[in-house]
Amino acid sequence: MGDIQIKKSSKTYDIVIVGSGAGGGMAGYVLAHAGLKVLMLEAGPFFDPAKNSAQLKFNYESPRRGSGTKTRPFGDFDAAFGGWELEGEPYTHKDDTKFDWFRSRMLGGRTNHWGRISLRFGPKDFQPNDGISDRWPITYEEVKPFYDKVDRLIGIYGTVEGIENDPDGIYLTPPKPRLPELFIMKGAAKAGVKVIPGRGSVLTEALPGNKDRGACFYCGQCNRGCKIYGDFSASSCLVIPALKTGNLEVVPNAMVREVLTDVNGVATGVSYVSKEDMQEYQVMGKKIILAAGSCESARIMLNSKSAAHPGGVGNNSGLVGKYLQDSTGASQSGFLPQLLDRKRFNEDGTGSIHVYGPWMGDNKKLDFPRGYHIEFGGGMGMPGYGFGGDTPILNGTVPGRDGKMKKAGGYGAALKDDYRRFYGTDFGMAGRGVGMARIDNYCEIDPEVVDKFGIPVLRFNYKWNSDEINQAKHMQETFDRIIHEMGAIPTSGKHGPEDMWGLEAPGRIIHEVGTARMGNDQKKSVLNKWCQAHDCKNLFVVDGAPTVQQSDKNATWTILALSMRTAEYIVEESKKQNI
Amino acid sequence: MNRRESLKALGITTLSAGVLIEACQPKPEYADTAVAADAGAQTDRQVSEIPRDKQLQSEIFFTPHEIATITVLGDIIIPKDDKSGSASDAKVPDFIEFIVKDQPEHQVPMRGGLKWLDTKCLTRYSNSFKDCTAAQHDEIVNEIAYPQHAKPEMQQGVAFFSRIRELTASGFFSSKMGMEDLGYAGNKPNKWEGVPADIIKQYGLEDVKFT
Repeated sequence: MGDIQIKKSSKTYDIVIVGSGAGGGMAGYVLAHAGLKVLMLEAGPFFDPAKNSAQLKFNYESPRRGSGTKTRPFGDFDAAFGGWELEGEPYTHKDDTKFDWFRSRMLGGRTNHWGRISLRFGPKDFQPNDGISDRWPITYEEVKPFYDKVDRLIGIYGTVEGIENDPDGIYLTPPKPRLPELFIMKGAAKAGVKVIPGRGSVLTEALPGNKDRGACFYCGQCNRGCKIYGDFSASSCLVIPALKTGNLEVVPNAMVREVLTDVNGVATGVSYVSKEDMQEYQVMGKKIILAAGSCESARIMLNSKSAAHPGGVGNNSGLVGKYLQDSTGASQSGFLPQLLDRKRFNEDGTGSIHVYGPWMGDNKKLDFPRGYHIEFGGGMGMPGYGFGGDTPILNGTVPGRDGKMKKAGGYGAALKDDYRRFYGTDFGMAGRGVGMARIDNYCEIDPEVVDKFGIPVLRFNYKWNSDEINQAKHMQETFDRIIHEMGAIPTSGKHGPEDMWGLEAPGRIIHEVGTARMGNDQKKSVLNKWCQAHDCKNLFVVDGAPTVQQSDKNATWTILALSMRTAEYIVEESKKQNI
Repeated sequence: MNRRESLKALGITTLSAGVLIEACQPKPEYADTAVAADAGAQTDRQVSEIPRDKQLQSEIFFTPHEIATITVLGDIIIPKDDKSGSASDAKVPDFIEFIVKDQPEHQVPMRGGLKWLDTKCLTRYSNSFKDCTAAQHDEIVNEIAYPQHAKPEMQQGVAFFSRIRELTASGFFSSKMGMEDLGYAGNKPNKWEGVPADIIKQYGLEDVKFT
């Protein structure tokens, strides 16, 4: 035997889960608590926020003062390992299209740094009646009990508003607005834009019945991971509690290559390369659950080719990787001259959203389908890299302390004072909206390129069209109106058709979904409504991939609810020995 | 856990305690299961980050002359006043030395900009910038500190000065001294109850209904 061999585990697990983020974490939690023997493979290291978080560090404890790097794009203390580019793990693009793929290979995946903005899809998101959007094979009423259970299990703050397509949940008390956010609420009301308290998965109160997680102490740093588990991360809320059942094992640094199937096309296990010894491993499971992230799960399925599954497992329809959708994103920022020289107090608040603008538009009157929500923010945050970058520009727009206008720019004592005067006057607003599901936006296997593990990589093909571009234009017009009514001065540059109204490139919002859509017709979908592969009954996908058509709400809460629903289905069907 | 218990778990006994000591968590109960937790993963750093930071810290980019010039310029941008010290008091030159290695796109504009400034000063004042008089410093800085009013032939200096001004402000106000100067009051456990009532009144925001 040579020095390369495949190490096969002798044990057959009830379940093998690939990925430990929102989808994999929830599946692991439910199945381990149901008494099934579960193995979870994670492509990155183990990460426990209680031990590994950089919470409560000051920016001067970072040599780069909190700025980002290629492997830490959201800042030096952000919890998410990885980024849009990973060393030795390329991806490619077709023609001149653009898609930026964010990967965070670590326990908890991208739940480590997300904004904790936790939104339910509404009845019209599952069953749109606009004649354009594809419908899901399930309704809001079918998912509602799972959203309710997720709310109770994980904890979420918000308010009951009775908005039809932004269904209410079971809420803890929301955090009050910061000062610039009060101006936003006032200005938005004048502009006719509805703004409500945020909905975030942060424990503003003790979570009833949970002794392991602490109540928020308002450092505003959820993105660094919370040492007292006061917010939702898949690690702290799902995987680590599941480990305590004794029914879950986690293998970190396990980069999955493919799903193994037998001659009949039934899934038997998973092969992976260990990043620790670069050896090849095979683990066996009665059922396989993919939750590696929408694009990574699609990649694994497409790379799992066999005589029974010549186009890749689950891919009889040829639709694995198709209908890739990221949320649209566009933003503006500004400052409030009224707030110059504002009084100081601790305004950190939570690390999630305090005020939120739901979509209330009527598409019959608009030149785009569907809509977007608005995320607002502002306040006296911790100064870090980039602090005061605008001050030498803005100090020419308002009178100085002496009441006189002066030239923008400067230096010395006067400029030093301006930095103080402008601190905490700025705010931002960002639209996050529906990217339409289209068969010609997709990821596929690049026929020539492999990564450093020898695994064929993804090639992306993604373009926005007028559905998204017109929506971004509408966002900018809405932001303009709000900023005007606030009596504020915009600080971001003007947008127009030349930059698609500030529409971010696909992938930048990190909400990619849709690559293994569910449906009742085997020819038109990859999974059935239980997230079970049509052509491989013991294979499930529980990340964002089953999404038929995304909504204007961020996907995480729906991933959690659907993963819980699928896991409960697996428990029930296993009892009946149907799968 | 309620908030009091949360803070206790953190090793913080009162709300006024500002600095977090290492969280004293009990040994995880799953330590004896088959979890192959990352050995040595006791920090928030990725494996690749530690050697990279060490490497950056060990390299020297700026020459002593360049660092001296950065120091003089930094203190012109942010001088000592009755509230806080100067840029160099807050070790801003050290920060700039690090950040140009961390973000190499700064390197050529910074090195070239310093050279541009020295050349101008040599031509005009027969001295490099750092050896010019305070009046000469003021004269040339005035010509590059106000972008909309600068002469066309000074635009390269404007671009350089804007860059070093941004880096200086970043370095100063993110330092302990700078945060204290600004009065940043956060990064400590507390209970957020919203904007204080007197401030709501000051801005006439009593009518904004939240819930």
